[in-house]
Amino acid sequence: MIPIFQRKSVLIPLSLGLLLILIALNLAMGSVNIPIAEVVDIVTGKGSSNVIWENILLRTRLPQTIVALGAGMALGVAGLLMQTLFRNPLAGPSVLGISSGSSLGVGFVLLVAGQVWGFSFSRLGIWGDLAIITASLGGAFAVLALILFISHKIGGTLSVLIIGVMIGYLSNSVVGVLKFYSMEEDVHNYVIWGLGSFSRMSVDRAYLFAMITIVPSLLALFLSKSLNLMALGDRYASNLGLKIKRARLLIILCAGTLTAVVTAFCGPIIFIGMAVPHLAKLVSRTSNHLYLICNACILGAATALLCNLLARLPGMESELPINSVTAFIGAPVVISVIWKKRKENF
Amino acid sequence: MNKNLLHIRNLSIGYGSKIVAGDLSAIVPSGELICLLGSNGTGKSTLMRSICGFQPVLGGLIVIDNREVHQLNEKELSKQIAVVLTDRVVVPNANVQELVGYGRSPYTGMLGRLNAADKIIVARAMEQCGIAHKKDSLLTSLSDGERQKAFIAKALAQDTPLIILDEPTAFLDLPARVEIMQLLRDIANTSGKSILMSTHDLDLALQLSDRFWLLQNGGPLITGSPEDLLLKNAFQKMFQHKGIVFDNKTGLFKVMHAQHSQVAVKGHGFEYVLLRRALSRKGIKVIRANSDDCNRVEVNKDAQKPFSLYIGDQCIQSEDSVEVFVNRVLAAKSLLEVQSESCVLSE
Repeated sequence: MIPIFQRKSVLIPLSLGLLLILIALNLAMGSVNIPIAEVVDIVTGKGSSNVIWENILLRTRLPQTIVALGAGMALGVAGLLMQTLFRNPLAGPSVLGISSGSSLGVGFVLLVAGQVWGFSFSRLGIWGDLAIITASLGGAFAVLALILFISHKIGGTLSVLIIGVMIGYLSNSVVGVLKFYSMEEDVHNYVIWGLGSFSRMSVDRAYLFAMITIVPSLLALFLSKSLNLMALGDRYASNLGLKIKRARLLIILCAGTLTAVVTAFCGPIIFIGMAVPHLAKLVSRTSNHLYLICNACILGAATALLCNLLARLPGMESELPINSVTAFIGAPVVISVIWKKRKENF
Repeated sequence: MNKNLLHIRNLSIGYGSKIVAGDLSAIVPSGELICLLGSNGTGKSTLMRSICGFQPVLGGLIVIDNREVHQLNEKELSKQIAVVLTDRVVVPNANVQELVGYGRSPYTGMLGRLNAADKIIVARAMEQCGIAHKKDSLLTSLSDGERQKAFIAKALAQDTPLIILDEPTAFLDLPARVEIMQLLRDIANTSGKSILMSTHDLDLALQLSDRFWLLQNGGPLITGSPEDLLLKNAFQKMFQHKGIVFDNKTGLFKVMHAQHSQVAVKGHGFEYVLLRRALSRKGIKVIRANSDDCNRVEVNKDAQKPFSLYIGDQCIQSEDSVEVFVNRVLAAKSLLEVQSESCVLSE
């Protein structure tokens, strides 16, 4: 019945293999190609005869690869959580307005602070980076707290979704006003931040980032039973013994935290969070979130790594902004999934 | 078997301060199939939702297994009552086996994994509902009847003493309705579970259920076995409406036809009954022909063309089709005696 590559026993090793290949390619390929054997030596700490290769790997490609891996995983899982919670195939990590909250926080720092104190943040170096991360986290968690409060007070899933989208519009309009009155240099910095990037971190910070994205992503596995029941609708879920309000709160908290962290460190990364859950559901024919979350972790990381690879294809001098690549990969995925599903659902 | 699994006493249901129905009292004995009937808007679904604990009651008691429903938490309630709703849920990628497996959720651990015993219960539930051959099919690929069976199997796997179904036969064609009702009858008989379902299929319910809950507009509930309710003429009162009459003997509804003219008919047998039915639908009342009626219809069931039209004692036409013959009768104005408006029941 089930095609062999869709069986759970085959699928996870298969996609893990794909993930490993993508990690290797991300480390080896770029404007300078490094042999795989050397890559392994350098990454495992044995060192290499070629100091340039070592520098490229440890200063640029390794942190970039780690960040892409963690960010992809987090966004894939957050997107899956949102699509199941809202029972809507177009939902993604951004529907709750959390990334808009981030943008607003960053907007305040980049656009307003410069105006008020008369300097540009790009000149501050590391402190500027930290300020941006803090502002982004602040904005995101403020929105998250608001959403959780509303979810607790109002209760309906649909109303939470609508309010999330409205918060998104509100913060975008505030950012629009800020941009209008800002210095050109600041606006430029803000736009660059908004294009997203996996290459803003040193190796040490990349490891930290990986920790705070991969661990919560895997913790989401403990939400899988709740998610399975939520997919049946609120009434069936509660009849099967689920405490709906608590489950919804935990799901929003988990997805919100993942989105907030990724947005703070990489900027708002679009489309991965929306496309990956579709891929996860496409490759294994199951509604069980225990498997879907595993799939979303692996495929999310793989997609982000693929986008990162494409953003610096050999032969190009500079990197493309990551968001232009994710949309390029993500949109066809979503379209093809909808196209494939049209026969089943309707 | 006489133990009462659930009882409701002086229950008021509704939303906020608006009472939809009040003063409801009834019982659910173990192992019985109970049908809840009532016109649209009387609060059937509200009553079901209140019993399931989905919405608060405005007064009175719902007691299951000697405990008040609204004092049980989700987990405890999930082991007492399983539901099948009318909501049409679309679960992406879910197949039948997974859906039925989710019925085991009240008993599984944190990750929701099924152990060997759970898997046996799931397989048995699918077997009993006749859906085991579709266990790997996606829910979206099933027919309405099969989907309903899958959800009933889910409720069975939940292993509760009471299963509540909200209009499980709506949207289904007649064979599927009968099949689902028979399945529920079978579950009540073999497993000793009680089943409470709301329905509009009075004829099926009369034949298959042990007990009726008739919900009247605003309450109260009239309850009892179908036979006792027939004796008490409860259905007539329930479905009192212009142009419709409930026949106690057959358990069927009859439609009233307005009659504006009459015709004399001689004959008997099945052909006679069918002709009378066709004529009364067209507003023509059939009366017995006397020997002196020279304008009449004769039904001779042994003839090749059983229906004959006589005018002035002359046979002017014979037909074997009721439809053609009735049209001929309608055309023969002289045959029909105009009479004052009256009503007659269909058969």
